[in-house]
Amino acid sequence: MNLHGIWAIYRFEMARFGRTIWTSLLVPVITTSLYFIVFGSAIGSQMQQVSGIPYGAFIVPGLMLLAIFSESILNASLGIYMPKFTGTIYEILSAPLSPLETVLGYVGAATTKSVLIGLVIFATAHLFVDLPVAHPLLAFGFLVLVAASFCLFGFTIGIWAKGFEQLQVIPLLVVTPLTFLGGAFYSVTILPEPWRTITLFNPVVYLINGFRWTFFGTSDVAVGISLTVTIAFLLACLAAITLIFRTGWRLKS
Amino acid sequence: MTDTILSIAGVSKTYAARGKAPAVTALHAVDLDIRRGEIFALLGPNGAGKTTLISIVCGIVVPSTGAITIDGIDTQTGYRQARRRIGLVPQELATDAFESVLATVSFSRRLFGRAANAAYIEQLLRDLALWDKRNAKIMELSGGMKRRVLIAKALAHEPDILFLDEPSAGVDVALRRDMWNMVRGLRERGVTIILTTHYIEEAEEMADRVGVIAKGKLLLVDDKTALMKKLGKRQLDLTLVEPLAAIPPELADWHPSLEHDGHTLRYVFDATGERTGIPSFLNRLSECGIAFKDLETSKSSLEDIFVDLVGERP
Repeated sequence: MNLHGIWAIYRFEMARFGRTIWTSLLVPVITTSLYFIVFGSAIGSQMQQVSGIPYGAFIVPGLMLLAIFSESILNASLGIYMPKFTGTIYEILSAPLSPLETVLGYVGAATTKSVLIGLVIFATAHLFVDLPVAHPLLAFGFLVLVAASFCLFGFTIGIWAKGFEQLQVIPLLVVTPLTFLGGAFYSVTILPEPWRTITLFNPVVYLINGFRWTFFGTSDVAVGISLTVTIAFLLACLAAITLIFRTGWRLKS
Repeated sequence: MTDTILSIAGVSKTYAARGKAPAVTALHAVDLDIRRGEIFALLGPNGAGKTTLISIVCGIVVPSTGAITIDGIDTQTGYRQARRRIGLVPQELATDAFESVLATVSFSRRLFGRAANAAYIEQLLRDLALWDKRNAKIMELSGGMKRRVLIAKALAHEPDILFLDEPSAGVDVALRRDMWNMVRGLRERGVTIILTTHYIEEAEEMADRVGVIAKGKLLLVDDKTALMKKLGKRQLDLTLVEPLAAIPPELADWHPSLEHDGHTLRYVFDATGERTGIPSFLNRLSECGIAFKDLETSKSSLEDIFVDLVGERP
């Protein structure tokens, strides 16, 4: 295994993150604070509890995943897209690296950044609400799993994209709507039929509820299903990337 | 027996049809052996397939057919070992603008599976006159400096084979000379160098052997000097005292031509022939009473040979 190569990519990507560390960390802090002001204080004051959980605390897992989804996709897609854009991809393609090693370097770095941002949001949330975590280790594991899955997804988008506009299409037009409609700010159980049933076809519901379960020990769907959906998503992204590297699609001519 | 370091056998590349654009064959079953320690120039016009060929060897382009081995290691099945031995300097100045020179060169070394070696990197940067710029961001460097950075990146993992894709593209004359000297220095250290170029001067100046490629076909491969000897022609230009309106029939055996409105009589002869025919030609001129006031001989350049082969300027 080319450990030096993996480490080189990982360090390079983390250095890119380091160059914009303040904006990278400040943006989620400000965004989270705004969500707490709007949803936690303004709206939350009108709805005291959801599923027995104070509304301010209830939205924290959803808020964290909202940021994780977008940051993971953004970081991982840019990580592989920028070498394509600048032409430096030649060096990656000609290096003695297997597809797995390449992915470990890029996705590993992107996952690290996403998890850091998630932890920053978690710390920020503590400033606004009392936030007990029922299963801390599972919460961290779930956070890493979801971040890695969406980084893999973002990596695929980065390979697919032919321009900066395409990098934004799926995060803005697919992932963000699915997140807002996936119970980030409400419990699926309060939806009337048929919306409740329709919502259950949204995979994000399972990701958010699985993560919420690790905080409060309760969720709208069974935690086993949440975990299964998350792992299935990760495996699907891995399969797509394996196929891409095997065929050289959008990477090699 | 020749010591082959790189062997290319039957390598072709066809780009599939896209929309209304038909399929394009960029390379037609190329066979080529590169000798250890030589400087090989792949010469051809733009679009000849030079970059496609080296991109296939380096793993950037997937070949349609054929096999490539480096010291007997297949570049597909043994890509890890094979790629460690190759360094590539691309034609485009593709760099990470925000990285420092030292960081990007160190990155390249690790990427190719080598542990950090500060002493080697320092020496490399000093050799390429980059050490003083080691902490400068790449975007702050001139085009020539960026080209050197790309060379440093390609050499960072101590490859046995260095590919230089159009190394003189956009480089001024002084830097080009420096680069040629550097390439010769690398060869002396045992690095095999394969360069693609459409500058005849570059191939003529540096190469041990030359391959001519056009329209995806490797037309010939030969030692540079042998090639020039084999295909090279010499010409004798005589500046006449009185211009001629036509070639006298007495000179027909030598097939001379008139140039410059009849002021110059040109005789082209085979440089490798045992008899050039010059003495008898001059005798016949004298017998015909054709006087000349100056004479000049010249030999054909690689460029002339190239034009003869592919019918266009490189």
